[in-house]
Amino acid sequence: MNLLEIRDMRVYYRTTRGDYRVVDGVTFDVKPDEVLGIAGESGCGKSTLVEGLLRLVVPPGHIESGEVVAPLLAKDAGGNSDLLSLSEEEFRRIRWQQISYIPQGSMNSLNPVMKIEDQIIDAIQVHQPMPKAVAQRHVAGLLQTVGLSPEVAKLYPHELSGGMKQRVIIAASIALKPRLIIADEPTTALDVTIQKMVLQTLMRVKEQLDCTIIVVSHDMPVHAQIADRLVIMYAGQVMEIGEIDDIFNDPFHPYTQGLISTIPALGRERTRLHGIPGVSPSPSELPPGCRFHPRCEKAMTACHSVEPALREIRPGRFVACHWCDEMLR
Amino acid sequence: MDTTPLLEIDNLTKIFTTSRGIFGQGEVCALDGVSFSLPGDRPTLLTMVGESGSGKTTIARSILGLERPSSGEIRYKGKNIRKMKPREWEDYRRQVQVVFQDPYGTYNPFYKIERVLQVVIRKFHMSTGKGQEMEMIEEALKAVELRPKDIIGRYPHQLSGGERQRVMLARIYLLRPQLIIADEPVSMIDVSLRATFLNILLNFKQDYGMSCIFITHDLAVGFYLGGQIVILCQGRIVEAGNMDVVVRDPRHPYSQVLIASVPPPNPRNRWQDDGRPMKYGELRRSADLIRGCIYRSRCPQAMPRCSEAPPPLIDLGDDHQVACYLYH
Repeated sequence: MNLLEIRDMRVYYRTTRGDYRVVDGVTFDVKPDEVLGIAGESGCGKSTLVEGLLRLVVPPGHIESGEVVAPLLAKDAGGNSDLLSLSEEEFRRIRWQQISYIPQGSMNSLNPVMKIEDQIIDAIQVHQPMPKAVAQRHVAGLLQTVGLSPEVAKLYPHELSGGMKQRVIIAASIALKPRLIIADEPTTALDVTIQKMVLQTLMRVKEQLDCTIIVVSHDMPVHAQIADRLVIMYAGQVMEIGEIDDIFNDPFHPYTQGLISTIPALGRERTRLHGIPGVSPSPSELPPGCRFHPRCEKAMTACHSVEPALREIRPGRFVACHWCDEMLR
Repeated sequence: MDTTPLLEIDNLTKIFTTSRGIFGQGEVCALDGVSFSLPGDRPTLLTMVGESGSGKTTIARSILGLERPSSGEIRYKGKNIRKMKPREWEDYRRQVQVVFQDPYGTYNPFYKIERVLQVVIRKFHMSTGKGQEMEMIEEALKAVELRPKDIIGRYPHQLSGGERQRVMLARIYLLRPQLIIADEPVSMIDVSLRATFLNILLNFKQDYGMSCIFITHDLAVGFYLGGQIVILCQGRIVEAGNMDVVVRDPRHPYSQVLIASVPPPNPRNRWQDDGRPMKYGELRRSADLIRGCIYRSRCPQAMPRCSEAPPPLIDLGDDHQVACYLYH
């Protein structure tokens, strides 16, 4: 049974100039106990997708349509397992207890005038009230799980470094033993030595808690290190889904191929890398047919007018591409 | 052949004074006796790698004249930049150009993008009229693989980050500087657009002899450029030399940690978790001038000697230098 089944999710921003279709028909599954990576460049909609999943989209954005079926998470919600159609109250109970969220740049959102301990306890008490002494012991345990000394509990955010703050955020996110953790760009803006530590912390946390993780990142090497499967997004849609090894060593979609071939690697034989020519389209000026066709060297006639459907071209491997359909059928 | 180095950083030290709230003034030593140089007889790409607090941006700003050294000298073609006459200084500012990290902040949003190119042409009297000016602009844009009709007439917000950074390179193309200071120029642009920018830097070196000091925290990007590398840690150089030599055989304990932290983009080459508790691996910026080696508090191989005085940069031969008592 899947943990999440996302079906045709659309998040649009309504403006005077028309709709910005930031997430435009996204479909994929999240399996229990996996690390699922969502990759894509700026503007592809990956962060908005996550906000949509968590019902954190604010006007002028809105969820235009879609379903997020999660039977394992919505057990107590009276037979209705579509997270998007639960009442606000019912969903609030799921958010943070079953699904926790580490937003982009969250380490900078710690309250500067509260001790670390109090901030985490605050979050716990909202969902699971408990006596303060119990909560304090719980916090000490959480800090140790992420490799921080329990003394950190009594410190203020300005006394911590970037990496420590990020680990505090991770500790807070696992306070209620969630079934799913969604981390949006957890390593961006961190020094590379700290990035490694944060990623290893996430992996240890996953093992200890036996949970599922979704990592959103534009940084492909991060996915290579921790993801089991990868979803590649472009201009609001899914281009390819597959096992991490397949995506990196045998990418099908021309966009994925371009992305993989553009990654500089340390120690590798030095040959000229090629970027992908052109730029991603703005969500208000999307090209007809396949959104990637203006930049694609494999573009065929159909690509200019017909949007390719996401197809399971091999077991577990999904691609939205006419050329792939032709070549790999 | 003139062997005066193009650029010499000679024992550069920069101390910032900060007010520490109600406790009075403190000092932050951003750079502590940094020395390196670029040769004068061949164009060189030098990558400066360091994490936050390493001082790499302070070096860039010092070279550009935006920071005054606390001690030490910066010499361009043998001349101390702080002792240049106005004419020499103007010449220096033309011969040393910069590309900053933020493709959004560099442009005045009220002007069309080509204005940055027009300003250069007009200030340095490079053309005889509007017709030639437009020709020069088009040539510069093509040199950085942009199509003039996609760029001219647009405002900065209508272009992508990658395009904006390349317009900065077009500006450099017009100026033909001897040296480009590039401070994290690709960190804020999409991965698929980075290679084009980096290739232009490589082409500029090959075709026009432009040297470049490329500042980055991303070692893989620096490796792609090749050339020389300088690794900075908390204001000091810990290791330097040929990029391939240093990356394949890092000697300084900090360099080794740094290189091991770069995530290999290959799922078949994953980090192994040894299960050991993760030490607090960050170096806190200290407010006092450090005695001894800058890395000693984190170094697993620290010896008593490391607390006494900072290790000098030792030449290991084969274009490889390291500042570490392990190799004394």
